[in-house]
Amino acid sequence: MLSSFAARFKARATRLTADLEHRVKIRSALESYEKARDERKALFQDWEAAREGAAAIKWEAVNHLDAYLVRFVEKLESRGAKVFWAGNAEEARDYIVALAKEKGARSIIKSKSMTSEEIHLNESLRQAGCEVVESDLGEFIVQLREEDPYHIVFPAMHLTRTEISDLFHEKLHSTPTDNPEELTMIARRELRLKYLRADIGISGANFGIAETGMISITENEGNARLTTAIPRVHVALMGIEKVIPKLSDLALFLPMLATAGTGQQITCYNSLIGGPRQPDEADGPAEFHLVLLDNGRTQLLADAEQRDALHCIRCGACLNACPIFRNVGGHTYGTTYQGPIGSVITPHLRGLMDWKHLSYASSLCGACTEACPVKIDLHHHLLHNRRNSVTQNPDRWERFAFRAFARLTAHPGLLDKLVRLSRPFLPLVRAARHIMPPPIKAWLGSRELPPVAPQSFRNYWKSR
Amino acid sequence: MKSEKQKDILGRIREALKIPAPIAHVAHRQTASSLPQPRAWLPPVPPDQAGQLAMFERNCEQLRTEFCPARGIDEAGRVAKGLREKYGWSLAASHHQVELDAVVRALGIETLYMEDHPAQTELEKCSVGITACDALVAQTGSILLTARSAGGRALSVLPPHHLVVAQINQLVADLPAAFELLAARYDGNYPSFATFITGPSRTGDIERILVFGAHGPRMLTVILVQ
Repeated sequence: MLSSFAARFKARATRLTADLEHRVKIRSALESYEKARDERKALFQDWEAAREGAAAIKWEAVNHLDAYLVRFVEKLESRGAKVFWAGNAEEARDYIVALAKEKGARSIIKSKSMTSEEIHLNESLRQAGCEVVESDLGEFIVQLREEDPYHIVFPAMHLTRTEISDLFHEKLHSTPTDNPEELTMIARRELRLKYLRADIGISGANFGIAETGMISITENEGNARLTTAIPRVHVALMGIEKVIPKLSDLALFLPMLATAGTGQQITCYNSLIGGPRQPDEADGPAEFHLVLLDNGRTQLLADAEQRDALHCIRCGACLNACPIFRNVGGHTYGTTYQGPIGSVITPHLRGLMDWKHLSYASSLCGACTEACPVKIDLHHHLLHNRRNSVTQNPDRWERFAFRAFARLTAHPGLLDKLVRLSRPFLPLVRAARHIMPPPIKAWLGSRELPPVAPQSFRNYWKSR
Repeated sequence: MKSEKQKDILGRIREALKIPAPIAHVAHRQTASSLPQPRAWLPPVPPDQAGQLAMFERNCEQLRTEFCPARGIDEAGRVAKGLREKYGWSLAASHHQVELDAVVRALGIETLYMEDHPAQTELEKCSVGITACDALVAQTGSILLTARSAGGRALSVLPPHHLVVAQINQLVADLPAAFELLAARYDGNYPSFATFITGPSRTGDIERILVFGAHGPRMLTVILVQ
């Protein structure tokens, strides 16, 4: 039985794989990325050793997560930060909404945070009467369109400048233009006012540094810097798995994240924030709140076999490399995290039976595993998820079919006879493929049934 | 209430970690115990200062950071004055620091100082934010600054042009060296904010086409006093 999520995935995928315009857009968007990424990788003295090193650091952090989290939080609290541990999405939302109410906040500015997408934070804040504005340009665009980000790093990569111009014209009453620079400036002007008016700034975090009690935020636009500098209150939302042991680990992670993520040596702004404004500083938020989110991550942690999926630094490299992502597009997944990493972790975060279909949305080519800067064994984890779903919920018909197939192939005489007997019926199957039972119907929906050869290979070999 | 939740989550983590991660990951652990050495993997940097300076300059050019060398503090003042005329600056914002003060004085325009806590809306109207920094990183062409060394958080990001005044002895080779410098200078008492600035603000969110000045400064200029 297909879950409703699986049915939706299938319907969207079927539509988008046939949409050639969409495929051209994605391919051309990724072309310049691939070129830049390969140039940057080549600058490394040893990219493979750097991947090993990054994986080693993440292994150390994730496998001693309790100790590093305790150190991280103690350091932050000693500098005046308020830390909230949220077991699930609801607890995280409730805390932030209560804080917004307590501060009488009317306007909230956000910098890009996939974790906030994961907990659907904006909706709750709006219901509480707050205006919530996304400040990352791509996020700002998809927010105006009232849709989810298409890609964890490039949220609006599925849109052309004309579509964006039309959107700005409709929602912001700007003059239509097909110049990306002018479009960017329209958003800049619009958002400048929002920063200065905002009561609270909400950000994500790319890394949490246990040694010094800081979060690290990687960006290009400067929107995260403004979000964390201007409003009186800064709230950072971070998954518990983002913690790394030492400050100096960033010397490796910052360039690797940028290289794998956007094809830059290092992004434009890499900021470290450890608490609210200190007494000897000119400005900065008076309050700093950190919300640490579990929301299913400890369940993934408990699966020792797939624990390394928590090493993910959300660079998006596996999405960019994935032939399935490039054909079905980001929205088809229906998940916060798209592509191979999303297909691996979503069943853990949101239920295996509802999301197991994503494990089959893969050609198992391994391009994702090769692209991953922290060496997550992505394509094997997709196989693990397939195995787990079959073990948890065996399909009797499937088991019968495979047993029958195994028996047939073990008895060539029988197989030969059956094939010969079936020959007259094949044209019938071909003609009636639309009314065949589901597996045959699905198989023949996109494939030709080849004619059976007049003679089997066995017989040919014997009579040669 | 809070400690209850903390205990819950930490309890779940400890329970989960009772089962060790499988063999495939042990290779990583062995590398971890022998301390990774990022310097040997990252892009190579020349060992001498002249080479590092050339690399920093090359990176600036690629990143569209305007690089202005100056022999001594007097020339730095003249360079700043030239920039004022070139860009038509009318109002500046800065913070107090010995070398910086001399350059800002030479600039000769009305200047807001962060020490006087100007309103954010005033700061936004300035044509340029002028700051010192902690270090320049040759490897990446980055400027490392903190809330303490550069007048807080907003000064270097809110005005449309960011001017950095740096000294040649602030140039470090690579990212590991920059983090060593941070630790040596601030360990035990870190500022609440530090950032590596690598070129002017940019975005590629529309058709992956590079546009400068997304939200932060459209222009970044470094005056390097030698």
